[in-house]
Amino acid sequence: MDNVQPRISIIDYGVGNLFSLASSFTSVGADVEIISDPAQVANAQRIILPGVGAFGDAIDKLRSTGMADAVISATSDGVPLLGICLGMQLLFDVSYEYGEHKGLGLIPGAVRPIAEVIDPALKIPHIGWNALHFVRDDNPLFAEVNEGDHVYFVHSYYAADCEESLVATTDYSVELTAAVARGNVYGCQFHPEKSGEIGLRIVRAFCGEGFVRC
Amino acid sequence: MITKRIIPCLDVRDGRVVKGVNFLDVKDVDSPVALGSYYSSAGADELVFYDITASVEGRKLFTDILREVASTIFIPLTVGGGINTVDDFDRVLKCGADKVSVNSGAIANPSLIDEAAKRYGDQCVVLSVDMKRVDGEFHVFAKGGTQDTGMEALSWIKQGVDRGAGELVINSIDTDGVRGGFDIEMLQAVCDIVSVPVIASGGAGCEEDFVELFKSIPTIDAGLAASIFHFGDVKIEHLKETLAAAGIPMRIVR
Repeated sequence: MDNVQPRISIIDYGVGNLFSLASSFTSVGADVEIISDPAQVANAQRIILPGVGAFGDAIDKLRSTGMADAVISATSDGVPLLGICLGMQLLFDVSYEYGEHKGLGLIPGAVRPIAEVIDPALKIPHIGWNALHFVRDDNPLFAEVNEGDHVYFVHSYYAADCEESLVATTDYSVELTAAVARGNVYGCQFHPEKSGEIGLRIVRAFCGEGFVRC
Repeated sequence: MITKRIIPCLDVRDGRVVKGVNFLDVKDVDSPVALGSYYSSAGADELVFYDITASVEGRKLFTDILREVASTIFIPLTVGGGINTVDDFDRVLKCGADKVSVNSGAIANPSLIDEAAKRYGDQCVVLSVDMKRVDGEFHVFAKGGTQDTGMEALSWIKQGVDRGAGELVINSIDTDGVRGGFDIEMLQAVCDIVSVPVIASGGAGCEEDFVELFKSIPTIDAGLAASIFHFGDVKIEHLKETLAAAGIPMRIVR
């Protein structure tokens, strides 16, 4: 890590609780700010887009607060962005969670119910610790993470049709999207901030020198 | 494949972890922060953090202890004890809880489950049920397992899941503290009627009890225990190795 303390800006748009997320970044030495004003996004070094709950509500809130435009603009300026859980799903073109909702369109793909593809005997949500299977080995966010390492998932929808940006999957009778990356935009379906030491390696990596505005 | 979870439970009173045998004879064990951190490093898949006095004496959780736990431990954290309103959910979620467990509060006001599930999502609402055999059926007990509500437990569980509980903790008062093994019969009866994750609690005394649990009930999701972990009778790292060797899917922390 550089001598300068890495600054992490977590977007607060009124959904979910940011305590653990903020704590996890603080624990690896980052200077964490929670931002709710779109004007602050432009000055961010690294952005975290969190999210829990329903896609429709979340994207509406992002749009109505002006955060959606601010985030799109910052990423086009090269600011690294990491979307987590629903925050990852919001990066895609469209979601079919309770209807059809347009996403941020930063990564090509669609968000669909896991019920459409998994073994019907399995429980929904997909909740618990599951293993990562890497389809690409060169992503810097996962430099310290190994094939088969377990991370913590809680979700009922998954990202489909995103082969080009797919980094890792997880086996839940079918391979579900676990992580994606496209340029400076990254997404994890699982929760790094709840995935123990493996999760903290991802948190630490995102604070590293490879993740600066390009 | 999703792994089966091993969950130490930290019963907390006055900021210290305690564990009562059959809920009565309470002994002091250790600090929640130190124990939680130890368990996280040892490979615990989740922690459950109960304020055991809350429902009996109406005490509020010590939220600063919770905040301290949640800012040092980065695995899923479930909090229960004294959760009677949606505001109580809000209070503990803001301090870093991921899931909130309701018990007596939901018995007194079942619509608490609906309201909380609507606001925070089903995955956030854990229905904890203290069950005991009474006259040939399972009854729900309230107030920390001290009071027979007279309610038949399986219908209460069904109702809770229909209202939006996303996970169940089933604690057998009949086996709790006895260390003779989990209550397989009771747990199987619950797993037969629900499709949400079920966490088994009450009765674990040794590693073999966990092997028996997961082998006997393939649909059970997790095993929870307290004193056997706190006193070191069962070491989580070793337990998980034993379970993995027995063919149970486990997250092994290297």
